[in-house]
Amino acid sequence: MIIRNLTALLIFMIMLFFLVAGNCFAGELDRFKGEKQVLRISGGTAHIPVMKEAAKRIMTFNPDIRITIAGGGSGAGIKQVGEGLVDIGNSGRKATEAEINKYGLKMIKWAIDGVAAVVNPKNLVKTLTRQQLQDIFSGKIANWKELGGNDKPINVYTRDKASGTRSIFWKKALEKKDITSRANVVVSNGAMKTAVNNDPYSIGYVSVGFINDSVFAIVLDGVKPTMDSVKQGQYTVARGLYSNTKGDVKGLAKKFIDYLLGPEGQKIALEKGFIPVS
Amino acid sequence: MDVKETIFKSVFFAASILSAGITLFILGFMIVLALPILKQGLFFDMLTGPWAPDHGLFGLGPMIIGTICIALMALVISFPVSLGCSFFIGILNPRGLGKWLKKIIESMTAVPTVIYGFVGIFFLVPLVRELFLKGSGMCILSAAIMLSILISPTMILFFVQSFSMVPQNDLNAVDALGGNTAQKFFYVVLPHSWKGMLTGIILSFGRAMGDTLIALMISGNSVAFPGSVLDSARTLTAHIALIIAADFDSIEFKTIFLSSIFLYIMTSFGIIMSRFSFKKRKTINET
Repeated sequence: MIIRNLTALLIFMIMLFFLVAGNCFAGELDRFKGEKQVLRISGGTAHIPVMKEAAKRIMTFNPDIRITIAGGGSGAGIKQVGEGLVDIGNSGRKATEAEINKYGLKMIKWAIDGVAAVVNPKNLVKTLTRQQLQDIFSGKIANWKELGGNDKPINVYTRDKASGTRSIFWKKALEKKDITSRANVVVSNGAMKTAVNNDPYSIGYVSVGFINDSVFAIVLDGVKPTMDSVKQGQYTVARGLYSNTKGDVKGLAKKFIDYLLGPEGQKIALEKGFIPVS
Repeated sequence: MDVKETIFKSVFFAASILSAGITLFILGFMIVLALPILKQGLFFDMLTGPWAPDHGLFGLGPMIIGTICIALMALVISFPVSLGCSFFIGILNPRGLGKWLKKIIESMTAVPTVIYGFVGIFFLVPLVRELFLKGSGMCILSAAIMLSILISPTMILFFVQSFSMVPQNDLNAVDALGGNTAQKFFYVVLPHSWKGMLTGIILSFGRAMGDTLIALMISGNSVAFPGSVLDSARTLTAHIALIIAADFDSIEFKTIFLSSIFLYIMTSFGIIMSRFSFKKRKTINET
């Protein structure tokens, strides 16, 4: 009898806890009450972890809302939102003047992201200068030996041209120097991490938010790419993360973006390795 | 009865017209979309030139070479294995083992290509890298090996099918004459079944050329002209998958249609060639 009472009490307490906890979160999610639509999101792969977490919380709060998230890269995000295929098109770069004019896009920046050159954790080379990095990616330096590493050819990995991560790395780290045509091309930040982690003689680049133990982020010109160094502007290979809509933001898309810009959305961005804007 | 027959006939006729029509429609569709490029007279530059969008070069040469190399090599790896396997299943068949093996191979056709791709990335690529000590392991060889596994069920099933058409009497006759297995294979089985085998080879070649995911995941996708089988290379299909996200108005994006046309032409060419060789062989046999 006592045990049963205790169990009942425990269940009651757990329920109470969730009720209270739920209310705490609900403050920000309240705006999604009564919505019943589908929100389609696509584009930049760097955005996906944040998008997924936000979508999970929103859909848990209100199961009537369906949020679909697809990748495709920044180019695809802008194109698809412009063509009306999705409600929000994410991009890791500013939409070009031509794109904005053509589609009437509205850009909202909700986080900052750094892009870091990464090597396999087993690699002895831990620091590089911008010049060395450019020479590696252009194919001029082709062996790790020249940089104090093992006597092994360097395998360069890059992304396709539609990638926002590539665009930022190419502009700000490689200073628009050529990337060798012999470079392997992978399709996403995740695939880059897998490739670099699998290949001990590799070099590639990923969004700072994706860095973990599986890859080592190269110290560039004496600055270690971390959240802090990006935020304080010391590490300069950085970019804004944008969400674009066609025309003015309205309806569910507006609520979603407001949520991203709110304290909880910004906290998610921080947890996923990005730098909040507010 | 007659009415029924006409109805059935017209339904089947309509179905065949539809499926044939769609194929032609797709070709027409791609040509129309590629017209802006074709009009600029860049066709041959794009057929042979290098790919360097930053320098205004949009050649598909490396991709065409890559596609042919990977598909051909997959065929070369897959053919002997498939031949042996199907001979084992169809002709030798010790203790009915062939039946079980065939079942396994049939189930292999249901494995999604992405799974082969993953096995390739985590198993084959590191193996190739460490074995040959050159490049990243993401190369023509890795992709071809993985593709050969993908296409071998198609080939084996076609081979087994055509081996089963070999008259049992002929096989018995070889045994009665004291012929050995090799003689049986070369003088009876192969002459009887090569036509069906050719169809199988062509279909699997088409499949090897048309597969996107395996090449995209493990061939490395570099845009340089490949110099050896250990070099990274990009296929036309992977190229389409990689640049489909580019700006719609860019020339890069428009080369997608050109890539599709090349793929289409290359497969059609293979099929037409095989039909041609059928006819030739027939006339030789008749005279």
